[in-house]
Amino acid sequence: MKRENILLGHGSGGKLSHDLIDKLFMKYFDNEILASQGDSSILEVGSQTLSFTTDSFVVSPIFFPNGNIGNLAIAGTVNDLAVSGAKPLYLSAGFILEEGFSLSELEIIVKTMAEDAKKAGVKIVTGDTKVVERGHADKIFINTSGIGILAENRKGISSGEDIRVGDKIIINGAVGDHGMAVMAARNELKINSEIKSDCAPLNGLIDVAFEVTDKIKFMRDATRGGLSSVLTELFERKSFGVEIMEEAVPVHDNVSGMCELLGFDPFQVANEGKVVMVVDADAAEDVVAAMQKHKYGKEAAIIGEITGTHAGKGWIITSIGGKRVIDMLSGEQLPRIC
Amino acid sequence: MKYSSEYRNKEKVKILVEKIKSVSSKPITIMEVCGGHTMSIQKYGIPSLLPENINLISGPGCPVCVTDRKYIDQSIAYARLDDVILTTYGDLIRVPGSSSSLENERAKGHDIRIVYSVLDAIKIAEENPEKKIIFLGIGFETTTPSSAVGIITAKQKGLDNFYVYSAHKIMPPAMSALIDEDVKIDAYLGPGHVTAISGISIFDFIPEKYGLGVVISGFEPVDILGAILLLVEQYEKGKPAVDIHYKRMVKPEGNIVAQQTVNKVFELRDDWWRGLGVLPESGLAIRKEFSKYDAEKVFEVEVEPTKKDGACICGTVLKGVAKPFECKLFGKACTPMDPVGPCMVSSEGACHAYYKYQSLN
Repeated sequence: MKRENILLGHGSGGKLSHDLIDKLFMKYFDNEILASQGDSSILEVGSQTLSFTTDSFVVSPIFFPNGNIGNLAIAGTVNDLAVSGAKPLYLSAGFILEEGFSLSELEIIVKTMAEDAKKAGVKIVTGDTKVVERGHADKIFINTSGIGILAENRKGISSGEDIRVGDKIIINGAVGDHGMAVMAARNELKINSEIKSDCAPLNGLIDVAFEVTDKIKFMRDATRGGLSSVLTELFERKSFGVEIMEEAVPVHDNVSGMCELLGFDPFQVANEGKVVMVVDADAAEDVVAAMQKHKYGKEAAIIGEITGTHAGKGWIITSIGGKRVIDMLSGEQLPRIC
Repeated sequence: MKYSSEYRNKEKVKILVEKIKSVSSKPITIMEVCGGHTMSIQKYGIPSLLPENINLISGPGCPVCVTDRKYIDQSIAYARLDDVILTTYGDLIRVPGSSSSLENERAKGHDIRIVYSVLDAIKIAEENPEKKIIFLGIGFETTTPSSAVGIITAKQKGLDNFYVYSAHKIMPPAMSALIDEDVKIDAYLGPGHVTAISGISIFDFIPEKYGLGVVISGFEPVDILGAILLLVEQYEKGKPAVDIHYKRMVKPEGNIVAQQTVNKVFELRDDWWRGLGVLPESGLAIRKEFSKYDAEKVFEVEVEPTKKDGACICGTVLKGVAKPFECKLFGKACTPMDPVGPCMVSSEGACHAYYKYQSLN
């Protein structure tokens, strides 16, 4: 079917989003830096290497269990920088506000952003505000961009060029919390749940991992599209495959229960504080042990490994011992999750 | 979750698989009638565990998949009416009609809303008295009671702006049609949720008339493998029967209240099934007494001519005659992102399940 309009699925982070990027944005914006399509772009400026990224936040509702849109605006951009291997330094903040939006709610959000920026060790150094007529936006949309410094020996992390067969795949905790927390916070489902968003800046945790080893070969934060999307990006068009042990992937009981109720796959549900790492097999257990001591890595686990068979594909060994492929989310799952 | 983990127990699965292997000597083709089973079988990679002589095929139990394209076209025509809010379960939103889909129509600005229950649609009707709310009633025995409750609730509340467009169907006619058409099936994995409503007597004719076993199964791997074991045992002994392997959910008589509610609002009519054509007394129309809630009776719309299926073999897949990957469109021209046929759209559709999980067989 020929598409004439933007669908909600184009913003899902799944296949439709990738299609839009490949067929429209890349077609016109194409350049060698953008073509790498990492979470951050790697820029050589003088003798420095910088990571640069941008992200917009349109979550609904703007307040949800364990966070608000302001937490996302900081964590989202800090994490995109941190997973490129960079030390995040400076952020911009752009606000699109709807006429009539509560000033006190805005203050809560701005205060949250200031606190989180401080925690993450970044400064908000430039900003912009626009207001649109009532009904032309939904309360508040935020854009943040960020810059960080990338050490020479971490340049390969974005592309994963050093990944080898036998490397282990690590995640810092349970998947699906953020997506289900936001979903539950939406009144239409009338679900009371204890699920809390996992929203968190991850640069501190990532620093801890690097203190253990420099053999971290790839990192991505698993946001929209969830763990599955990150894994798909990891193995697609590669000369290696990925094998994941379903049982090894932490999922909280209340999240898997709610996913079951709604027909979602927790592996495809959004997170805002989860990083997937590919680490040399020798160092993997030490990295997990170190992460488990950090507040954002208590449930860290090795969930799978890089395999020499089925190149370009990802397999899950299911909880009952069966085998199936890993698939990326297609179309709309939960619009406006971040 | 603690409750369901018992039915996902790896050790139990292992024991069942070993038993199936030891009992099964003859080749057997088992059709899972229900789309929920297809999804579960693929999700857990069950085919990768079974011996080669056991062939699982997917059946017509995905309501979205068996529904006529004309139903989508007519729904789109309703959605284009100025004063209509169309409400639907999420599964239908991306199903291609002849030239558009509800998703595309929504992007063009027509008021189409996903609801999780018919009562959400009732609420929308109460909140928007100046609008006409049409609910797309689709599904088998499992979802028909809620559509019936919707209509009864609308009547009780005195709502005169709520309508149902029924595509409801019942399962047994399709199960006999498949055998009548000589589709090679040796046994049926029976639908758990359908039977929880309807009771098991609706399947009695299958062993009696056709000599095939039906074992009603739940949706967890231990349920499904246990039901497969029973079917294999029946088949090896040559003693087909209707049996329940989902007793925690299914009572032999079903849910009498739900049955009565459905009978009050709906009556049988001949209906068209993708892949099977018109099956007598297989669909459910809204009874005359409730015609003021029947979208088909109330709204006159011009519906575009229905486009034919083309290269899509959904119909053959629904009959279990072809596996999804035997379609030349599968995974190429037809993906969940850009589906050609409904079997690729619905989360219960065989093509979607195979595309998503591709369990190693």
